[in-house]
Amino acid sequence: MKNRLNFLLGVCLGLVMLQAQAAMKVVACEPEWGALVQEIAADKATVYVATTAFQDPHHIEARPSLIARVRNADFLICTGSDLEAGWLPLLLTQSGNRGIQPGSPGHFEAAQFVARQEIPQVLDRAQGDIHPGGNPHFHTDPRNVTKVAVALVERLAQVDTANAVFYRGRGKTFLDRWQAAILRWEQQAASLKGIPVVVHHKEWTYLQAWLGLHEVGSLEPKPGVPPTPAHLAQLLERMQRQPARIIIRSAYNDPKASQFLSQRSGIPAVLLPYTIGGTDKATDLFGLFDDTIARLLAAVK
Amino acid sequence: MFRSILFGITFAATLCFSSLASAVTNDELKELREQVRQLKEQYEKRIGALEQRLQEAERAASQAGTVAAKASAAADQAAIKAVQATAQASGRASGENAFNPAVSLILNGTYGSLSRDPSGFRINGFVPTGGEVGPPNRGFSLGESELMLSANIDPNFRGTLIAALSPDDSVAVEEGYIQTLGLSNGLTIKAGRFFSAVGYQNEIHAHAWDFVDAPLVNKVFLGNQFADDGVQLKWIAPTDTYLALGLEAGRGRKFPGGPDGGRSKNGFGSGTLFAHVGGDIGSSTAWKLGLSHLRTSPQNRTYEDSDSTGTTVTNSINGASRLWVVGGVLKWAPNGNSSVTNFKLQGEYFRRSERGDQIYDTTAASLGTQTGSYRTHQSGWYAQGVYQFMPQWRLGYRHDRLNSGATTLGLVDSGALTPADFPILAHHQPTRNTLMLDWSGSEFSRVRLQFARDRSRFDATDNQVFLQYIMSLGAHGAHAF
Repeated sequence: MKNRLNFLLGVCLGLVMLQAQAAMKVVACEPEWGALVQEIAADKATVYVATTAFQDPHHIEARPSLIARVRNADFLICTGSDLEAGWLPLLLTQSGNRGIQPGSPGHFEAAQFVARQEIPQVLDRAQGDIHPGGNPHFHTDPRNVTKVAVALVERLAQVDTANAVFYRGRGKTFLDRWQAAILRWEQQAASLKGIPVVVHHKEWTYLQAWLGLHEVGSLEPKPGVPPTPAHLAQLLERMQRQPARIIIRSAYNDPKASQFLSQRSGIPAVLLPYTIGGTDKATDLFGLFDDTIARLLAAVK
Repeated sequence: MFRSILFGITFAATLCFSSLASAVTNDELKELREQVRQLKEQYEKRIGALEQRLQEAERAASQAGTVAAKASAAADQAAIKAVQATAQASGRASGENAFNPAVSLILNGTYGSLSRDPSGFRINGFVPTGGEVGPPNRGFSLGESELMLSANIDPNFRGTLIAALSPDDSVAVEEGYIQTLGLSNGLTIKAGRFFSAVGYQNEIHAHAWDFVDAPLVNKVFLGNQFADDGVQLKWIAPTDTYLALGLEAGRGRKFPGGPDGGRSKNGFGSGTLFAHVGGDIGSSTAWKLGLSHLRTSPQNRTYEDSDSTGTTVTNSINGASRLWVVGGVLKWAPNGNSSVTNFKLQGEYFRRSERGDQIYDTTAASLGTQTGSYRTHQSGWYAQGVYQFMPQWRLGYRHDRLNSGATTLGLVDSGALTPADFPILAHHQPTRNTLMLDWSGSEFSRVRLQFARDRSRFDATDNQVFLQYIMSLGAHGAHAF
């Protein structure tokens, strides 16, 4: 009897230890946050990224595979500010997973740690696809990534206390490198200050603010509304009078509109990676900004 | 915003004081004025200080990287504070109405042009044959407007109510349920009135349908859409491939259960079992397959028919009904980016067997009330594809086919009555082909043109043309896959 009890205890202990050693299962809504978790948690977490750079994070299907991943997740990291309003709530309610519901430590919303811009004064869908919580594309400014990283380190340490020291150590190393990289990028991009740009969608608000780019138009007549011929014609006419220097789009934007405008106006169209995987060189967060700056510089040369 | 709220408060306070003013002396009034002025000054100072702190906090947060290296926790606090201050300044809804549920409203309307009168619509070989399952009206008509309210109740539950406002000025509760949020281990419980998980199409709200009307199988086997009062238990397996198992127990308040409103009986009147599997193929394709089974015991399922003497009689069916549904959906978009082009393929096969008693002429209007046995094996399927060929534009095609199968009627076998007394139940294989084109101004608006060639009736082909709009206002919930 006693032996059996000991055996059972041993099994239980073994299971607990196994669980403690198993890597934390993380679901990241967007590739940039998946990459950030990887920087900080390394092999202490297995990261599943729900979307790719070729998908519009506003419009994702709440696919069965995503429900399965969220159901098994220990930690969920998303942008927030209603970027995922069309699909994340469904994944959360269907998952049957208490640990990653909003308000629990396993639910990390990056937007909470960043000062958002373009918070609308008036909420009216006639204005297009606007976000009540402000523009959610804030990771295009690396200084915002810093803010999120700082909060993420603490949160990971809170959720996975056994590895808290590890996360803080990795976090410090990352932030030191990141800070140095930001200085480097700012120096490289000094010549971009003040140049007029046309954007496809309002994804670059924070990048523009960081580098001092000057937005003079967008291909979408209103946020989230696909470019129309009439709007493009109007934009083209404006470009002929006051040309912008570059037309920016991301990997998931339909290239037709920016190519059209570029051909007619002679203004170079530039594809920026927007997130990890958007271009071949954007393999991690550092590569993302290295390539973004390199592509902008090449276009205005 | 913050400032204006404070001014509002001060103003309200002043108003309050002034209403008292008639009862107070001039000196007191002066004193009060002075107090209000001081109050205002104090608040302005505090707002100024708050704004300064916000700026400082933001600056601190932006430099947090370097700070963080030394004291990441402190910087985290700073960032959080900065955000809290921003949130205060951003003027989000506050007070009681901040907790109001998400409200959304669906408006839809159709213009119909049909070669056959929809009031005489029937799907021969099947019961029910008219009423709710018929096509929309000829000419202009308002569809059902859906009013949706939903919110998290507390950390444990979420509640949803969907009311359907019918164009005939009646209101119906389409769905009204609570659902658990945090049971863990992949478990979810739903209770109330909800669309049953029998089949794929049945759970989809009409405003998210790809065609104006439901597939024929949903019409004849589920009375358009089956929503019962009951409980649903669903479990998602802890695997990377999606596997969900579930069961439902309900009142059986509606076709294919019945009688209407359900029986006065303890226990349950309908039961459903379902299993879903799903996954991805590469990054472009996602799929889901389902198998489900619905059991009901219809009582007093009445329908009208015209017997061999030409009299309209009311017949009724009591017994047991077993329905199996197998089907699936596949969605494709290049790299999983559905904004430019995408394709959706969907199909389901239904098979139902029913046995019990059939009562002929319940009101004794013709040859007198008689009872005999009733047995059917019926089946049907549909397949549909919808292709978005350019942003905002979609083209879709659907094929429907039903087989009324073998119907054994005791009253006919015994020679008491003839098949001519049950013309609606005569063998028939209804088919329908539907083509639609729709345009979506945004995810909140859609305008659709649809052509259908409907051979649901024995003797006639109905050519139908519909023009439809579906618009959604307010908060709009995500759509399930």
